Amino acid sequence: MADAPAKPTTLAEKVWNEHRVVEGQDGKPDLMYIDLHLLHEVTSPQAFEGLRLAGRRLRRPDLTIATEDHNTPTQDIFARIADETSRKQIETLRANAEEFGVRIHSLGDSEQGIVHVVGPQLGLTQPGTTVVCGDSHTSTHGAFGALAFGIGTSEVEHVMATQTLSLAPFKTMAITVNGHLKPGVTAKDIILAVIAKIGTGGGQGYVLEYRGSAIEELSMEGRMTICNMSIEAGARAGMVAPDETTFEYLRDRPHAPKGEEWDRAVEYWRSLKTDEGARFDNEVVLDADRLEPFVTWGTNPGQGVPLSEDVPDPADAGDENARANAEKALAYMDLEAGTPMKEIRVDTVFLGSCTNSRIEDLRAAAAIIEGRTMAENVRMMVVPGSARVRQQAEEEGLDKVFKDFGADWRFAGCSMCLGMNPDQLSPGERCASTSNRNFEGRQGKGGRTHLVSPLVAAATAVRGTLSSPSDLIES
Amino acid sequence: MEPITTHTGVAAPLRASNVDTDQIIPAVYLKRITKTGFDDALFSAWRKDPEFVLNQEPYRNASVLVAGPDFGTGSSREHAVWALKDYGFRVVISARFADIFRGNSGKQGLVAAQVDQQDVELLWKSIEENPGTQITVDLEAMSVSCGSLTVPMHLDEYTRWRLMEGLDDISLTLAHEESISEFEGGRPTFKPKTLPAQS
Repeated sequence: MADAPAKPTTLAEKVWNEHRVVEGQDGKPDLMYIDLHLLHEVTSPQAFEGLRLAGRRLRRPDLTIATEDHNTPTQDIFARIADETSRKQIETLRANAEEFGVRIHSLGDSEQGIVHVVGPQLGLTQPGTTVVCGDSHTSTHGAFGALAFGIGTSEVEHVMATQTLSLAPFKTMAITVNGHLKPGVTAKDIILAVIAKIGTGGGQGYVLEYRGSAIEELSMEGRMTICNMSIEAGARAGMVAPDETTFEYLRDRPHAPKGEEWDRAVEYWRSLKTDEGARFDNEVVLDADRLEPFVTWGTNPGQGVPLSEDVPDPADAGDENARANAEKALAYMDLEAGTPMKEIRVDTVFLGSCTNSRIEDLRAAAAIIEGRTMAENVRMMVVPGSARVRQQAEEEGLDKVFKDFGADWRFAGCSMCLGMNPDQLSPGERCASTSNRNFEGRQGKGGRTHLVSPLVAAATAVRGTLSSPSDLIES
Repeated sequence: MEPITTHTGVAAPLRASNVDTDQIIPAVYLKRITKTGFDDALFSAWRKDPEFVLNQEPYRNASVLVAGPDFGTGSSREHAVWALKDYGFRVVISARFADIFRGNSGKQGLVAAQVDQQDVELLWKSIEENPGTQITVDLEAMSVSCGSLTVPMHLDEYTRWRLMEGLDDISLTLAHEESISEFEGGRPTFKPKTLPAQS
């Protein structure tokens, strides 16, 4: 008897089905195998301690890798870390890596950097894999067609002990971005527009699959920026189907398959796409041609508008809750409804974070500022995503462009994205930031954050007010 | 994990939506390597405001937090759950929880009870008319009661079962050791490995 034709499935379902170790019965979750576990200093110490207390081993050191990023200094990296608690946290990761046999890239190592920059650049993040990390921006790795998501420390310990996770299947949502991006409009603007459209809870329970011509035309860096902020729409994961762009990025990376293994891998990777006729649980469509540079005005990433618009009036917000939320956000941000976004003056520009700190981001920003001068009373901090990105930028002379402009050229790390290390905003300080969260106090107590693309960050540093590159030409 | 079937305690109304984990516990407190000692860090920025709900007398010893929708968004930091527990909270009620926060709660025995927003409004009203009033959360009946008001709550069946039995996830999974080993034996050889390091 011939097999019944296979039911068309989405990309996310394909990857899910291939990692199911035990199918959950009677409403129980599936037991899912994890291909790659990324560790950093902040969310792992309590998990290692849990293993020790229970006398458990780390099941797969060969599928585990650690780097130091969240809490590390971005200057004087070879000096002893002054803050004792910070130093102890880093030393704890090093000791745990030693004890459990985990590969670690410490401060000063040529592969150190933000965990979500390091995995892809080593070629460890591959299509069709499951990737987890005790960090919500693990969704970044979905750019390769991996199912990648952030987990809490209890789950970190669970993966350490079993290389699996108990998970209820996610729902699927297609985010289709048709058309083509205009010059000056970037992946960051797409994702900020998506979040403003579906809200910070809109993606809850879903894996988002980004598709359509505008997504296909993006580089891997751009796809990573988009998948990175899936969590800001409430989704655990975002994915892009792998294609030639993906394969070209991976080819010859240190941990990419080699020789015949490469051919077998690519053949498999080509099968990783949503079938014709597969059903998504939800779908959102955007037109890239109509997108403009997008920036946030409030204190959650859904509170954003096109840069050419004004600070919105809370009275126009949907319900009472949204209105109260918007009023609270404007008070915190010290903004008045009706103010043109382009008249908002900033004190600081931060170029960095797992969202926008890759070589392409640095190149784009450098191209804008080259030969221009920084606005008065503005400081700019440039923090490459990894030691390797920093090195490459220096080989290309980008560091010189930033330094000549007056920007602060730092070592790799999460830095001011979350302000765990000394890189923080002061109370009331206003920042145009290429990072991912504009929550109250995120970048430092009392700090005010506007999320922007690297291009807007660079143009803003030149003009001193929120600006796009086209404003530089006009002026 | 201690089994939990019902909990009764003073409820605090937190009339805010999108309470992200950076508000629950700012990053500067994440440098510690322990799972406890975070009670001072909970809502640390908001607690500097004397008007903040947890600074009001009847709510200082609250163990049930009734919050607006989209509670626990943002960072995956489980420290948010540890801080809530250290402060004394056993239950958080909201119309919608961020996925990672909800998962972390379930692992740590903090009940993330999902209650429809219209019922959350009724609970807020009831608490504010009677500050210091107690709320009972019943996992058996899947209900939340406050005085004469009783509303339904939602919690996924698996988490509910684990909370009521006080089960440890890792032990449950290790019972599948054979299946895991078998799965590992069938993984394609081109899948990435971190060791030995390649350059």
